[in-house]
Amino acid sequence: MSPAANRPAAAERSAGPLSPHLQIYRPQLTSVLSFAHRLSGVALGLYSVVLVAWLIAAAAGSTPFSTMQTAMRSPGGQLLLLAGIFCFFLHLCGGIRHLFWDAGYGFELTSIYTSGWVVVVASATLTAIAWFAGSVL
Amino acid sequence: MAAKPIRSSVGRAAGLGSAREGVAQWWAERAFAVALIPLTLWLAVSLIKHSGSDHASVIAWLRSPWATLLVVLLLISLFSHLALGLRVIIEDYIHSGAKFAVLLVARFLCFSLCIAGILATLRIAMIA
Repeated sequence: MSPAANRPAAAERSAGPLSPHLQIYRPQLTSVLSFAHRLSGVALGLYSVVLVAWLIAAAAGSTPFSTMQTAMRSPGGQLLLLAGIFCFFLHLCGGIRHLFWDAGYGFELTSIYTSGWVVVVASATLTAIAWFAGSVL
Repeated sequence: MAAKPIRSSVGRAAGLGSAREGVAQWWAERAFAVALIPLTLWLAVSLIKHSGSDHASVIAWLRSPWATLLVVLLLISLFSHLALGLRVIIEDYIHSGAKFAVLLVARFLCFSLCIAGILATLRIAMIA
């Protein structure tokens, strides 16, 4: 019997049950971090526009540069900066975790949860350290 | 009963599927990610050091050969990694006819921002 004979016809297949959608599942550390990695990556893409704008402002002269610095020191600018720093460390730590997976390490369920919590705690700690260092200097 | 296929099961399966192409992009995304670990950490430390600096000292820092080189390398790695990552995300979530246009716009934006950043850095290093 050919493999095709085991498969239902197209009409029958479309009427059959679909695999459950993502919203059906209770959020888990694994799925939340997976989505957070993509989301922080896209967010960092938007922050890279700010980085380029900062370089252009610096090249344009001291007046545009100080306008940019003033905007970044405003409460809204500071909030955006803090969120950006957290996105950076989350994507950095999560990225290192992904590189270990790509190399074939850390696939046991216990390792996946341990590395996941390490990513959460490390990104929060590094964000706090960077913020503190930036405000002191 | 269907006619017995002449080709073997392996022969029919080999070369099909997602692994046929895309390996180069997958590798490039990771290679740029590895390059970005030291480059972004260096930038983060440098920016923290200059968080209270005025325009003149930021320019003096960016004009130093190492800073110019590392900022340019960072911009190339950053926007290459971003372009590859955005492509994966767009291909995963957009299935309509808009996919091609969105992919094109994302690529153009990454390329333009990269060149704009490099030009600004070189302008600082050579002219400002």
